[in-house]
Order: sequence, then C-alpha cells, then structure tokens
Amino acid sequence: MFKRILALTIKEFIAILKNRKSRMVLILPPVAQIIVFGYAATFDLNHVGIGIYNEDTGIVSRDIIARFKGSKTFKIVKYISDDTQVAPLINLQKAIAVLHFHRNFSKEINTGRSADLQVILDGRNSNTALIALNYIQTIIADFNRQWSIEKQDMPPPAQLKVRSWFNRMLDSHWFFIPGIVALLTIVVTLEVTALSVAKEREAGTFDQLLVTPMTPFEILVGKSLPGMIIGTLEGTFIILVTVFWFDIPLRGNLLALYVGLFTFLLSAIGIGLMISSISVTQQQGLMGAFMFLVPAVVLSGFATPIANMPVLVQKLTLLNPMRYFLIIVRSVFLQGASFGLLWSQYVPMAVIGIISLAIAGSLFRKRLY
Amino acid sequence: MANRDTGKNRMRLSGLIKKEAYQIIRDPSAIGIAFLLPVILLLIFGYGVSLDAEHVPVGLVIEKQGPEVSQFISGFYRSEYFDPKIFPSIQEAERALMHREVVGIVWTRSNFARTLLNTSDAPIGVIVNGVDANQARIIEGYIMGVWINWLHQYARSKGVALQVPVNVKYRIWFNSAVRSRNFLVPGLIAVIMTLIGGMLTSMVVAREWERGTMEALLVTPVRKREIILGKTIPYFVLGMGGMAISVAMAIWVFNVPFRGSFWALSLSSGLFMLTAIGLGLIISVTAESQFVAGQIAIVITFLPAFMLSGFVFDIGSMPGPIQAVTHLVSARYFVSILQTLFLCGDIWPIFIINCLWLAGMALFFFVVIRKKFKKRLQ
Repeated sequence: MFKRILALTIKEFIAILKNRKSRMVLILPPVAQIIVFGYAATFDLNHVGIGIYNEDTGIVSRDIIARFKGSKTFKIVKYISDDTQVAPLINLQKAIAVLHFHRNFSKEINTGRSADLQVILDGRNSNTALIALNYIQTIIADFNRQWSIEKQDMPPPAQLKVRSWFNRMLDSHWFFIPGIVALLTIVVTLEVTALSVAKEREAGTFDQLLVTPMTPFEILVGKSLPGMIIGTLEGTFIILVTVFWFDIPLRGNLLALYVGLFTFLLSAIGIGLMISSISVTQQQGLMGAFMFLVPAVVLSGFATPIANMPVLVQKLTLLNPMRYFLIIVRSVFLQGASFGLLWSQYVPMAVIGIISLAIAGSLFRKRLY
Repeated sequence: MANRDTGKNRMRLSGLIKKEAYQIIRDPSAIGIAFLLPVILLLIFGYGVSLDAEHVPVGLVIEKQGPEVSQFISGFYRSEYFDPKIFPSIQEAERALMHREVVGIVWTRSNFARTLLNTSDAPIGVIVNGVDANQARIIEGYIMGVWINWLHQYARSKGVALQVPVNVKYRIWFNSAVRSRNFLVPGLIAVIMTLIGGMLTSMVVAREWERGTMEALLVTPVRKREIILGKTIPYFVLGMGGMAISVAMAIWVFNVPFRGSFWALSLSSGLFMLTAIGLGLIISVTAESQFVAGQIAIVITFLPAFMLSGFVFDIGSMPGPIQAVTHLVSARYFVSILQTLFLCGDIWPIFIINCLWLAGMALFFFVVIRKKFKKRLQ
C-alpha cells in the first residue's frame, strides 16, 4: 500500500514540477507577493497630503500647523488662501483633507474661548478619511491638553489611560503580514490541487488510474501529499520572511502554529480536490477554484472584520477554513497563544478537511463516465 | 478585388466569433462566470464586507459604584457602537480579552469618585486588543467619544462649561454618512471583473492547442489578427454584460449613489474590460497547457487586484517602490475611476489620466498577445 502511494506521490510531483513555467508559478509569485503585499497591506497613513487654509494671522494656528508639519502621517501639499481652492484640492485627490483656520482663531483661544477648526475630508475612501480624522483629532487633543496645562491650569477632571495589548504601537503591518501567511498558503494549495483530478479526467489518465489495484483512499492520499508538502514548505518560507524580514514578533508556541498550518492545509487540500473531482473540464476546475478562493479570502477577516458582517454572512464564514487559520496565526504571532486558546480553531478545520476529502474520494469512482 | 477581400475577412472573423459563441453556449460555465458569478460575489461581498464597527463587545470593570461612574458607564449602553458587558474584576476581564470575547476593557478604580472630586486627573484605564490595529484605533476613538461626552455632561452638572481650546468640526465630502460600503462596492466591481476577464479567457487558446483544434484552424487561410479578435470579441461582450449587471446592483441593490455620467462609465468599463481580457489571453498564449494557464490565472489575477488596486489599502500610504508596482495592476485605475464616478462625479483630470493608463495597458497587452501568439507548429 505504501509503495503504491509513494509511486503515485512521486508521479504527482513530476506532473507538477516537470514544466518549467509550472515550477516558476509555484515558487516565484509567493516570494514576490509576500514582500510586495507585506509592504502594501496597511491601514496606517504615511505622508498623505493635506491642504492648509489659514486665514488667521495669530500664533496659535501656526503652532498647530507646525505639529502637522512634524507628523509623519501627513505632508502639507498646499497652502491656500480662499474658499474656491478647497474643492479642486480634494476633488483631484491632491489632499485627503483641508484644515481651515478662520480669521479669529488665535484671538478666540487667547481670550479663553473655544475656537472651531474646520476639517474637510475626502470621503471617497471613507475608511482612509476616518483614519485621517482620527490622527487629526489626536494631534489636536495633544495640543488641547498641553494648552490647558500651560495656560489655563485646569486639566479635565478625568483622563483616559489607553494601553493596547499585543501591539503597543498599533502598527497595522503586525496584523496583516501574519495574515499573508494564510493568504499565500491557500493560493498555493489550490494551485496544486484544484486542477489535478480534472486534468487527468480530461486526458483520460484518471480512468486508467481507477483500473489499477489502487483504492480511492490510496489515490486520495497520493493526490494530497504533494499539496501538503509544497504547502508546508512554502508556508514555512513565508513564516521565515514574516519573522526575519518584517520583524513581526513570533511570541507563541511554534508547534501550535504548525498544527494550525497542518489542519489548514488539510482542509484546503480537501476542498481543492473536491472541486477538482466535481469538475469535468479544467475550465470548470479553475472556475470552482475561484468560486472558493475569492469568498474564502474576502470573508475570512483578512482585511475586514468578521464581526462587522451581517449575522447570516457570519454564519457562512464558519465553513471557511481560512477564518480559523487567520485567528491561529495572529494569536500565535502577536498574542503568544498556545494550544489551550486554539482548540476551537483546530477542530472545525479538521472537520472541514475530513469531510471534503471523503467527498472527493467518493466522487473518484462515481464520476466514471 | 479589395472589396471581395474585406468581405472574406469579415466572413472569416464572423465565423470564428460564431464558433466561439457556440462553444460558450454549449459549456455553460462561461455564461455562469460572466453573469452568475458577479451577482453572487457582489451579493456576498456587498453585504459581508464592511469596515464599520458596531456593537463592539467591550468589558466594563467597575470597582466601586457611584453616581459619577454610572453616569459615565451609561454612555456605553446608549451608544450603538458598543455591546457592554460587566466584569467583577480586572483579571476576569483580561481573561475575556485573551479569549477574544471582548475587544476592549474600560476600568474605573475604587478611588475614581474621590480623585474626581479633587479635580485632579482621575484615571480611567482602557485596554484594547491591538491584534487588529485598525479596529483597535477605531474602538479607541469610540471610547474617547463616550469619554468626551461624559466630560461635558459632568461639567454641566457642576454648573460650569468645559473649556476645550480647539474644537474639531469636520465634514466628510461625497460620503457624509461614512458608509464604507459606498467605496467598497465600486472597488469590488473592479476586483470581480478582473477575475472574470481572467477566468473567461485564460484557457481559451491553451485549450485549442491541447485539443489539437488550433492546428486545424492553422491550415485555413485565417489570420493571426482574426484569431485574436475572434477570441476577444465574444468574451468582451460577455464581460460587459456582467459589468452592466454589477453596476446595476451597486446602484439599485446597495444604494451606492452614482454621480458621474453613464458614457464615462461605459468608456472606462470598456477599456478596463480590454485589459482584463488581454491579461487572460496573455496567460493563455504563454502557457502551453490549460493546467499551467489555470495555475497562472489563480496566482496573478485575484490577489494583485485585491491587494494592490487601492480597493481597501490606500495606495498613497504604500512605500514608493510598492506604489510603482501598483501601476502594473489595471484594476488600480478602474478602482480610482469607479470611486470617483460613483461618489464624486465626472472629475475630468482623474478620469482622463486613468483612462489613458488603461488604454496604454490594453494596447500593450494586445501587442504582447500578437507577438507571443504562434501561428506555426514547431
């Protein structure tokens, strides 16, 4: 039995790796993509343009503008001097926000009153707008606190002391880059598995395989092993890049991470082989792969939180193995989690894997026509 | 003579288109890809993808009850952003945070009321789960909002007005209700259409080589240009159909305002569809087999469009070299056009620059296809 499985596994490896382009597609994109996506995936703003519309001649507005100048988040792209210049600056996306200091801004503050700072934001990407607004409010809150202490000697009666656990600087790279481990692993696994049965069916070699003494179980194992081995190797490579290139802290138990990777690969391979054995042509296999991959990524919590989804869609994500693996990678990397916190994530993935593999195996024979 | 030639050319081309059309109709997967897939994906994503956090589970630890504390706490119950839960001790709240049952903790100590009366800084402890840094920052902002409201309320109850030197008054243009769906749905259209273009065409040339029908085609007088056009036109029509359905859904199902003009939308959609189909055809002519074509399509269509198009991640905040890489992703231009057309209107400079990029890319893709397309047997 083992000899037969080994023979099939070797044959599968040859089928995957003999073609130079096929080899390159398995190796180059993940390497390039972990680097490119690692830098691209962030919600932190970095030198985004803002415009300043200052009608005030006093010193307070200048003090505030200096704070914006010193911030790494913003870059002042233009100083404007009348109302009509606001719209072009925003419409053409030269600036995400325009700060408007009215004529009596400094005077009002110096005489102990409150002054309004008008902020106009480009809401085309409302998430970026909100983040920018948040940064602006933080800068102003800092100014207010310092001003109250220096000039009014009357700080607010209570202060928030905010701490964020696991990611003290709230660097969103820390959130996204471990997520890319899941993202690229699932893509590679589908590449290896989703077309593997459909291709043989189209070529007729799958029928030949079925008349050999191999049982469907042995075929299943032989078809799964290459995905498992390639997925583990590439997953390991991406984890190494995450730790050593991007300096993301790996605080938890490495074994807990690998148990997660194994169950994740099991479920992804199961689904990939299931798609492949349902499909009659490779075109259908490709369609099936996308039909699974795209929702699996978009509804995994990778970029937008599952908690924000409607309840029905949240229930749907329970079928998505990537959802569980994302929690595992992020918990192990940032939260320092070990097995105790993660059982509830391993079990559903293993169940998905076993069920989908069983379906794939049972479809091997039934589809013989 | 010349007339007869063009007549023949047209006949050959229409014959190829007809053949491709039959193939599309007989294997329903292409029609499914073009019409059904955008509907399904847009429905799931349009409802599923949102960055607006509501009902955030937050743990409250109150070491000593009192009128000030309950006034402060009631702010969390009134806010639709929070789903508060009381914990008897900070240890238990921290454990809930570890188990992801709450994403934030607000902690008032037993000496809160006493220090408050002395008007010195009474501390309110806030802990947020920073794993999802973006959500953590949003939640911090929400908590800060509750706190500021309470400060005003508290000052009023003491008969004084809270003096804040600078008040930020903001207006968010184009999307004043700050619905993230309004920018995510147009972005999703670009991502979904990239996929559909790639899926439709990435296998169509490789398939004919594999089945040997390409060789049969080569012995006919048909020209390279005609084969390429014959492969492009039917899928272009299909893709544009899917595009029309997606736009209609964005407007009427998801109620995203559309403030631009339809001809600008049609023109840019057409250009974008050419780049999406062009990319698929490049994959198809470079890969020798459907298997390799399928692998390449999985790797280079979806993820780059998802990550590098500006659909969720702001391109302006990426490092310079990565911004340069995003110029290779045609979805980037279309996302920018769609977000502007939908939410802002016809802003010509943005429209023209992005359309020029799209046209340039489409042209480049088809030159590559022509070059790579072998009308010869080795």
